[in-house]
Amino acid sequence: MTRSIIRLAGVLAVLLIALLANLTYIQWFKADDYRTATGNSRAILEEYSRERGPILVGREAVAESVETDGELKYLRQYPQGELYAPATGFYSQVYGATGIEKAENKVLSGVDDRLLFDRLQQLFAGRDPQGGAVTLTLDAAAQQAAFSGLAGRPGAVAALNPRTGEILALAQSPSFDPNLLSSHRSKQIRDYYTQLTDDPSEPLLNRPLAAVDPPGSVFKVVVAAAALESGRFTPQTVIPGPRTYTLPGTDTQLNNASRTECGPGGKVTLTEALVVSCNTAFAWLADQLGDDAVRAQAERFGFGTSFDVPMPAAAGRYPDNPDPAQTALTGIGQFEVRASALNMAQVAAAVAQNGSVMDPYLVKEISSPDLQVLDTTTPSTFGQAMSPQHAEELTSMMVQTVERGTASGGAIPGVRVAGKTGTAETGNSADTVWFISFAPAENPQVAVAVVLQGAGGSGGSLSAPIARSVMEAVLN
Amino acid sequence: MSAAVAADAVAPDNAEQPTRRGQELLLLCFAWVLGSLALANVGWATQDGLPARFWTALAVLAGAGLVAHAAVRALAPYAEPVMLPTAYLLNYLGLVMIYRLDVAAARRAEENGSPAPTPEVIGQLTWTVLGVLLLAAVLLIVRDHRKLQRYTYISLIVGVALLLLPLVPGLGTTINGARLWISVGPFSFQPGELAKIALAIFLAGYLVTHRESLAIVRRKVLGVSLPRGRDLGPLLGAWLLALAIMAFETDLGTAAIFFGMFVAMVYVATQRRGWLVLGAFLLVVGGLLANLLYGHVRTRVQIWLDPFEFANDQGYQIVQSLYGLANGGLLGTGWGQGYPQLVPFASSDFILSAFGEELGLTGIFAVLLFYAILVQRGLRTAVACRDVFGRLLATGLAFVFALQVFIVAGGVTKLIPLTGLTTPFLSAGGSALIANWIMVALLLRISDITRRPDPVIQSPDQALTQVVRL
Repeated sequence: MTRSIIRLAGVLAVLLIALLANLTYIQWFKADDYRTATGNSRAILEEYSRERGPILVGREAVAESVETDGELKYLRQYPQGELYAPATGFYSQVYGATGIEKAENKVLSGVDDRLLFDRLQQLFAGRDPQGGAVTLTLDAAAQQAAFSGLAGRPGAVAALNPRTGEILALAQSPSFDPNLLSSHRSKQIRDYYTQLTDDPSEPLLNRPLAAVDPPGSVFKVVVAAAALESGRFTPQTVIPGPRTYTLPGTDTQLNNASRTECGPGGKVTLTEALVVSCNTAFAWLADQLGDDAVRAQAERFGFGTSFDVPMPAAAGRYPDNPDPAQTALTGIGQFEVRASALNMAQVAAAVAQNGSVMDPYLVKEISSPDLQVLDTTTPSTFGQAMSPQHAEELTSMMVQTVERGTASGGAIPGVRVAGKTGTAETGNSADTVWFISFAPAENPQVAVAVVLQGAGGSGGSLSAPIARSVMEAVLN
Repeated sequence: MSAAVAADAVAPDNAEQPTRRGQELLLLCFAWVLGSLALANVGWATQDGLPARFWTALAVLAGAGLVAHAAVRALAPYAEPVMLPTAYLLNYLGLVMIYRLDVAAARRAEENGSPAPTPEVIGQLTWTVLGVLLLAAVLLIVRDHRKLQRYTYISLIVGVALLLLPLVPGLGTTINGARLWISVGPFSFQPGELAKIALAIFLAGYLVTHRESLAIVRRKVLGVSLPRGRDLGPLLGAWLLALAIMAFETDLGTAAIFFGMFVAMVYVATQRRGWLVLGAFLLVVGGLLANLLYGHVRTRVQIWLDPFEFANDQGYQIVQSLYGLANGGLLGTGWGQGYPQLVPFASSDFILSAFGEELGLTGIFAVLLFYAILVQRGLRTAVACRDVFGRLLATGLAFVFALQVFIVAGGVTKLIPLTGLTTPFLSAGGSALIANWIMVALLLRISDITRRPDPVIQSPDQALTQVVRL
């Protein structure tokens, strides 16, 4: 009997060893896989237990973690939620993170390699780990001007420092309150998220970066650049600008917005065509240049490229194989031409910066938890869109457009502003109106693009004042 | 000289046998300190201070330990000294973990603005005290375990009745899909836990008288000796009972425990491996049948095969358990610093994964080794025991502990399909806790009788010596 009891003990020992081996497998060999598995809410809870670094604009935090008494140790707060939402994004335990919260998560959560030294310090000091700070390139005044200017109308504003590619403003309307998505109450988060996704005006869409619309007449700047770069046209070249233009190969008549000739006898200089935003002249010009030339010019301005700012921005689009009639339509930014506010701000910035296109970026520097700067973004050049001489000529044309043309709404007393309006037909709803500009023309400090989706009216009256106030905010 | 030799031969360690009560008290103190430090640790980790009514809890638990020790000292002085402190330590650690989960539940309720939940730890502490009192009562009433043999068939009736009690309409309650509880007023009780003890007593008694016939070999198949056909009756009866439990009470774990205990005890009684083979065969057939017939069993098996496929519904529990274990890693997050509350039923069925998370691989190894100690001491008691009934009973009781731990631990770690069972001494749940204490009391009684100097064989000389010693 003793022998069978001992055998039984042997069986139990085998079972025990199986348990221990299995536990070792789970807790040692498989642990990392489980820890990083999607849907493992412990990872999120663990992240919430660390003090996440702030997102700063200037010295002011636009996203910060505050300590709570709850199960989740820190609450993410956005003191000016809607204003900075397109930049900060949200940090949700239910829906993950977006915007800078996602793109710079490694720094903010403190696991970035550049924070290694601080992590070691924290470890040895026995302090709770802390995330690093991310300082944005945004200009608080410009951002506020852009957001207030939109005043709740569906639209977006992107402003750039033409010299560096720093994004100075990134605003949208309607926006959302990231506080409500980053709270600790999952029901509240879910309800609010559902409300946002059900909203036909798509508050969660990052309009300045990701929403692309037909640019309408602001695209004429690109076509004008292509014309100058072709060598066949100068600002003084006289081109046809009749009352109507028959699209090549069709019977379709294209009108000017004014329903009149752009100049005496239906003739107009290239400069004048831009000043009065002559549709027939630019449709003719696009047809003359051909779609390849216009596309190439657009791509040198950054179309077709998705910039990581660091969150990925939408690429501007120029159609692949338009027929001649369609090519003519692209000359006035219609047909399948699409651009975001950021894309068009880049066009304005390139003209301003002697034709050179900078990579746009939103993160100025990252700092350790004690705000010592660890890394500063160095501006980088994307390419040269046009020669400096042609850029200067185009600048002059755009200045005249503001001074005595359709873009007069962007004028700032005492400052030479270069600008262009746009009104794009979207087919279904009211027109989308645009304004792109930069100032001061001789020493550009800010380039801005404003788009009001389905606002109706014309670019000059609705979007120009927003651009003007953003430029004023930067210049002051 | 020759008299001394004769005495040695009959009772080899008579009179010289130390009671080892001092060792037991020391180990109990150690367990108390360990548990108290863990409790303080939870307080410091979760609320930067000692838990509410910390000193009261310490006093109550010290009292419980002392009562248990005094009862053993008075009623079973020669009992094995490690079992009681091990059980006590497991019980204490379980209380600490239940308290820690209460803290998490209260905090969550506060965050959601819902009313504060009733802390489970108060109930569990009450059951602990009751369990210790029952330990004393069993030691007081059962002065000699051999007398239990008289109640062999009464035990069978009591055991089966207890098992069937939850099926009585109006009395039985279905909780979480298993009909294992009876409710009387505000109290709910799992009679199956006590049935284990009754059926162990029955089996031990039955096998004492029938083991000879069960050991008779009729034929050999593939080198394995198989019992006679007519002796298969009891085995088939137990198997059918297990299947019935699965069918009517939808409880896989309890069924496995009963059947496993039965096979183990028959094997030890007959020493015929044929019973093990037959048992394993019937287990497989039963498992296949259950998989075929019962939806809930099939679901369990599917979840076991790929819990991540069901990560958001039926597999949620096991997936969260695995995440918790992974989060614990080698050394654990520390008391109060993990997220064991994310596993549903963390305080009962899944308490082991809570230990795995907060105390890590190291901690859960330690807990499993405490069980190994308990089981090993139980089996050693069985080996040392001089009467067949005691041997079989001790084997059965120790085996039930072991099997139950294996089924629970294997379930929460995805080694085997998950079945709802409590972890002995750790899990929140009164019926299981007091049943466990009764089982320990019986094991202590058997070891006490085994190691106690036998007055029957003592010569007058030795009796005189004893008087002097006293």
